[in-house]
Amino acid sequence: MSLSVHQLSFRYGRRQALDNINFNLQEGQLNALLGPNGAGKSTLYALLTQLYSLQDGEIRLDGQTVRQHSRLLKQKLGVVFQQSTLDPDLSVLQNLEYHGALHGLSSRQVRQQADELLAEMGLADRLKDSIRSLNGGHRRRVEIARALLHQPSILLLDEATVGLDTAARQAINRHVRQLCQAQSLTVLWATHLIEEIQPQDPVLVLHQGRLLADDSAESICMQHNATDLSDAFEQLTGLKDSPACI
Amino acid sequence: MHLNAYFIAFKGILKREFLRFIHQRTRFLSALVRPLLWLVVFAAGFRAALGVSIIPPYETYITYETYILPGLCCMILLFNGMQSSLSMVYDREMGSMKVLLMSPLPRAWLLFCKLIAIALLSLAQVYAFIGLGWLVDVEPPLIGLVTVLPALLLTALMLGAIGLFLSSRIRQLENFAGVMNFVIFPMFFMSSALYPLWKMRESSEWLYWVCSVNPFTHAVELVRFALYAEFNATACLVTAGTALVFTVLALMGFKTEQVAKSKAR
Repeated sequence: MSLSVHQLSFRYGRRQALDNINFNLQEGQLNALLGPNGAGKSTLYALLTQLYSLQDGEIRLDGQTVRQHSRLLKQKLGVVFQQSTLDPDLSVLQNLEYHGALHGLSSRQVRQQADELLAEMGLADRLKDSIRSLNGGHRRRVEIARALLHQPSILLLDEATVGLDTAARQAINRHVRQLCQAQSLTVLWATHLIEEIQPQDPVLVLHQGRLLADDSAESICMQHNATDLSDAFEQLTGLKDSPACI
Repeated sequence: MHLNAYFIAFKGILKREFLRFIHQRTRFLSALVRPLLWLVVFAAGFRAALGVSIIPPYETYITYETYILPGLCCMILLFNGMQSSLSMVYDREMGSMKVLLMSPLPRAWLLFCKLIAIALLSLAQVYAFIGLGWLVDVEPPLIGLVTVLPALLLTALMLGAIGLFLSSRIRQLENFAGVMNFVIFPMFFMSSALYPLWKMRESSEWLYWVCSVNPFTHAVELVRFALYAEFNATACLVTAGTALVFTVLALMGFKTEQVAKSKAR
């Protein structure tokens, strides 16, 4: 299933948050969306998830416009937002059941899916635990499991590893890559951590609302005679920061 | 989506509201303690100061406690409606509102489910309160416990809709204090919940007219009549009309465009 964005622009009042963005997500791959804080990543996610309505431009799913088929997109999308959206008063299973119900899944269907997904995430024994009792990494895994519960074709992760330690970040990154391979899941992975991107990954570089590059990480490096992606990013944006973290 | 998905979503939203409610036991207790204080403590003082003449639907002189029972039932519904509105604002601030908004089901249906869930939870609290009222000798007719149900449901829907409308307008939790001062208190005190309107007219003509047009007054009267197995058509029309208007306004408030505009501010 292909997701493409055409001439997408968005303003908050006078401030231009996104300016004429165009891209196609590579199917069955982890597409990295790289940009510093304030680049427009979260605005792009809000548009893709239809939390904001489109102002200019178009989002297409398998060629069908989201303006006309908004529910279809919501059925096909799984989303992990930057800010946790789990209900801390409920258990892991209750959170999954709530999400499942909103996507038309019965409790039995949720339970079957949940057992499988949580086992893959290493959380099989935490089903009845309260969200409050989970650490940050485990909460993120529950959110990913929840996003996959209704079997979406496209998974959007908005800085899903923010605030986690290196080991937890790597584990989540590894797991999402396995999902891409095993289930041909298309992933858009927004991050400001260059270390989370591999050379063959398709990369979108977003800065100040503009898309500065759309190619594989290694191609972007070659095009700019850069030693690594961090160097290429510096050349593209003029930002000079830590090579591992923009 | 399949029709069954709508029903599953309804059950899911209802279950989540119920689970959150039982996790917040103090909310349940305070919902009962507040009107009980009015019924037992305030009413004791007011009874001496106020005389209540025979007014419909009552056929004889009644105690002040009996008079305020329907108003206190509506008070529970009012506070619960606003509390649910508060939890919507909290959900938005905490991010969990996005889970609801990301559902492929129509937003109107999701909000309708939420409204029904709020109403059903409120009804359970009202019946618990009426049961406690029995312990202090405030005993409405048994048939009234059945006939009052549709009136309570309609009132709960009206107040829940007002709450949802407010939550679509209020962007920050801190602003919610204003709801207490500008919505809950005026609505409750400028109504027939605590004193009959003729009594209000004796002290102030303009206040009487304000109370007369307050939808909460009509909701209280609807419940009062229904509790005595009588039907007040005017009260029913005003309550239903207000419920409809605020449901539509709440639905409009939760449209995608409003989400975008709020961010733009």
